[in-house]
Amino acid sequence: MAAGDRPLSPHLQVYRPQISSVLSIMHRISGVFLALGIFVLAYWLNALAGGAAAYADAVGLLGSGPGKLALFFWLLAFCFHFLNGIRHLAWDAGMGFEIQQVIRSGWLVLIGAAVLAGLLWAGLIAGAGA
Amino acid sequence: MSLRSPLARALGLGAAGDGPAHWWSQRVSAVAMVVLTSWFLLSAVNLELGNPAVVVQWLAAPLNTVLMILLTGTLSYHSAIGVQVVLEDYSGGWVRVAGLLVSQFLHILLAAVAIVAILRIAFGVR
Repeated sequence: MAAGDRPLSPHLQVYRPQISSVLSIMHRISGVFLALGIFVLAYWLNALAGGAAAYADAVGLLGSGPGKLALFFWLLAFCFHFLNGIRHLAWDAGMGFEIQQVIRSGWLVLIGAAVLAGLLWAGLIAGAGA
Repeated sequence: MSLRSPLARALGLGAAGDGPAHWWSQRVSAVAMVVLTSWFLLSAVNLELGNPAVVVQWLAAPLNTVLMILLTGTLSYHSAIGVQVVLEDYSGGWVRVAGLLVSQFLHILLAAVAIVAILRIAFGVR
């Protein structure tokens, strides 16, 4: 059998989605999405270095409806990746491997990410004056 | 008849051997990201983000300049080795090679562009 024809594992389509597998792929998806956010960080810093007019343009773009929506999703993705990353670091340290602990920490990460993103968003919006 | 000998074709087909170093780099940079992003978001929440003069004054303080450069560099590094794993897992052939090249180049370019902006702000160059 040629190397390209070999069956690959895991056979994702035969598994019922579970909190463990769903959060695992979400960690990758949020990570790739956050990588795109580096463009925004570089843009924001360059606008800041470019003077008041350039910064006003950037605030206008990022503070527009679609701009705010995108920024909120980046913040949400960050909060999830941040908390789930700490979950991964705990596993790396050998902690929290019991199935009940994995399920509990998974939901804790999901709820925590939503709460954290909401709190940070409120604080950021207040400071941005938008 | 190939220029390459049978031995040359067989050599180097095993594991690359750089897996553990990559694994550790991802974890060590993750720990740094926890600290640096916490600092940045807590600072950002307390800043008047709509006012460039306030943000510039904050960023130009030496400690903040240093931490922001570290944040930008670590973020780019952590992201580059993360995207590398995703590309290696889900793509192959020339798409993988081109994807890895573009990803690495863009990550380094964006880090450089961001760090120069931070330095311009820190040294007051307009």
